[in-house]
Amino acid sequence: MGATVADMPADTVSVTGWGRTAPTTARLIRPRTYEEAAAAVRDCGARGGIPRGLGRAYGDAAQNAGGAVFDMTGLDRIHAIDADGGTVLCDAGVSLHRLMEVLLPLGWFVPVTPGTRHVTVGGAIGADIHGKNHHVSGTFSRHVLSLELLTADGGIRMVRRGTPLFDATTGGMGLTGVILTATVQLQPVETSLMSVDTERARDLDDLMARLVATDDHYRYSVAWIDLLARGAEMGRAVLTRGDHAPLEALREGTRARRDPLAFNPSRLPAAPAFLPEGLLSRRTVSWFNDLWYRTAPRARTGELQKLTSFFHPLDGVPHWNRIYGRGGFVQYQFVVGRGQEDTLRRIVRRVCEHRCPSFLAVLKRFGEADPGWLSFPLPGWTLALDIPAGLPGLGALLDALDEEVAAAGGRVYLAKDARLRPELLAAMYPRVADFRALRAEIDPHGVFVSDLARRLGL
Amino acid sequence: MKDAFGIPQSLLVLGGTSEIALATTRRLIARRTRTVWLAGRPSHALERSAADLRALGADVRTVAFDALDPESHETVLGKVFAEGDIDMVLLAFGVLGDQARDERAPLNAVRVAQTNYTGAVSASLVSASALQSQGHGSLVVLSSVAGERARRANFIYGSSKAGLDVFCQGLGDALHGTGVHVMVVRPGFVRSKMTAGLEEAPLATTPEAVATAIELGLRRRSETVWVPGALRVVMSALRHVPRVAFRRLPI
Repeated sequence: MGATVADMPADTVSVTGWGRTAPTTARLIRPRTYEEAAAAVRDCGARGGIPRGLGRAYGDAAQNAGGAVFDMTGLDRIHAIDADGGTVLCDAGVSLHRLMEVLLPLGWFVPVTPGTRHVTVGGAIGADIHGKNHHVSGTFSRHVLSLELLTADGGIRMVRRGTPLFDATTGGMGLTGVILTATVQLQPVETSLMSVDTERARDLDDLMARLVATDDHYRYSVAWIDLLARGAEMGRAVLTRGDHAPLEALREGTRARRDPLAFNPSRLPAAPAFLPEGLLSRRTVSWFNDLWYRTAPRARTGELQKLTSFFHPLDGVPHWNRIYGRGGFVQYQFVVGRGQEDTLRRIVRRVCEHRCPSFLAVLKRFGEADPGWLSFPLPGWTLALDIPAGLPGLGALLDALDEEVAAAGGRVYLAKDARLRPELLAAMYPRVADFRALRAEIDPHGVFVSDLARRLGL
Repeated sequence: MKDAFGIPQSLLVLGGTSEIALATTRRLIARRTRTVWLAGRPSHALERSAADLRALGADVRTVAFDALDPESHETVLGKVFAEGDIDMVLLAFGVLGDQARDERAPLNAVRVAQTNYTGAVSASLVSASALQSQGHGSLVVLSSVAGERARRANFIYGSSKAGLDVFCQGLGDALHGTGVHVMVVRPGFVRSKMTAGLEEAPLATTPEAVATAIELGLRRRSETVWVPGALRVVMSALRHVPRVAFRRLPI
């Protein structure tokens, strides 16, 4: 003990989320030990603190204006791997990238990965992330057996599945405390390659029909959707679905067969720091989308892809978020339940009519929900799209979409949000009252607070 | 907190009866703003402005504030900030004066300078320091195109705005990196009760147009906003016109 905040590396810096909107200034504190983390929490000052991982949340979830932001990436040790049972005990600051590097050679893979592997385990639990396998495997926290939580009093609690604190913490956006370690159940794999089936859907209804009919045959499934196509082609999409390739899928004598569990992601040069706004205009994105759709195979099965190009194509370009220029971008992701297909169609139509230059729109069918109180997924449909923040009329459009989503019993994803109206929060997350009550109990002085929490009154 | 588009949830207006300020507030309430503080000299007009904004659904409170009493600024504004974060401060008070009369009555001229300049310096410094300890927030200051170059017809007002403009540019630079954003707004001739009866200048604009420009400036985190935008070009040309010629221009 004896660690104080003064000993720790700390800088006053401007912090934003991955979308690079709404910067605020905070003291960035980088604890190197659990004791330092506890000291940082105890001494964080009147404007509180919030843990931060690799900053991939799009909005203001890991910002804390005028207060402290705990950069947890310094605590990144992997403590124990059970190579037979397939569990890992690691610090919350470990990235999924690091876990893949270490675990793949042992024949294990993370149970859930989002569209980037540059997220920490702590962030994955805090945002209760999902991946292309949600319809089969649920969220990340479904595979977390237990975690250690540093709470507002500076104490460390072991939190087990099925307890209220666990369900408040999974999806709790770091507001219940700082996750220090987690024990995660892993997914066995024979190779580091993916066997992928690709097909095209000519419009939104065709897409939904295909997803409903055959999604359950695949562990991983996602559809890339062209939101700039109009008329009869509205909602046209490319579906990519697959599973980890079994060893026998690799041809004898190939390098892949000799080293089936190799993990070697490729990287292009990073996006330059200063790019003009408006690079992604309606015209350029429309060309890109058209090209993407037309060059995709009409139907192809069993293609072997590198794991990283299947799961994390954007990680190939470091700092890809800079392509939106200084003004940044907004990611809008919502879910509506099964039976709300009409709402989904209406929203897709409105987005198309607004001509949002979105080149990363993704549609996915979610499976069963997990118990996290603020966990995002619901059984149904989720659509995620990136839009330049400077698009005229965007704020009003998204507000209107929020109304539709809320009226249909759906919700928007807090890890991506930077603009929701606080009035809609309780309708979207019915358990937010329990969440607030639990926070009032374990953190009566409001030590843990973020810009997201201030904006939405979490 | 401000959202991804820079729209504040809470707003403090200094000069709560200013038409530009009220047009801006209406616009922001329509988007996100829920808490509004109208600061100004207690008056019927101030209460009426507050009532109008309440009708739009915002939680509006008034606070007694006098630009000419800088000694009280810290206390008065301190109380507002103590109630919760303020995402945006709109410094909108100012008086136009009557150039011809004020030239003959120096005390009146001093009053214009004290309101528009020293009062604003004090209020901006107090606000800026509170915003800085929050680590976020915008200070939006209504300057004027009149401060860009002295004109025979309104140089008393113009000089006070010139002082304010330069002060706020410097303040913006001083606060760079603290999370506080200072935006200087330079409208041209705005049709409002302040300019009622005056002869309209070219490129005249409206309070609503200024409000729109402010909303855009917040989204872009602009440091200078001209309204209308064309004034930027016009003024950068006029700035270089020789004095001999400028005096004779019919503006």
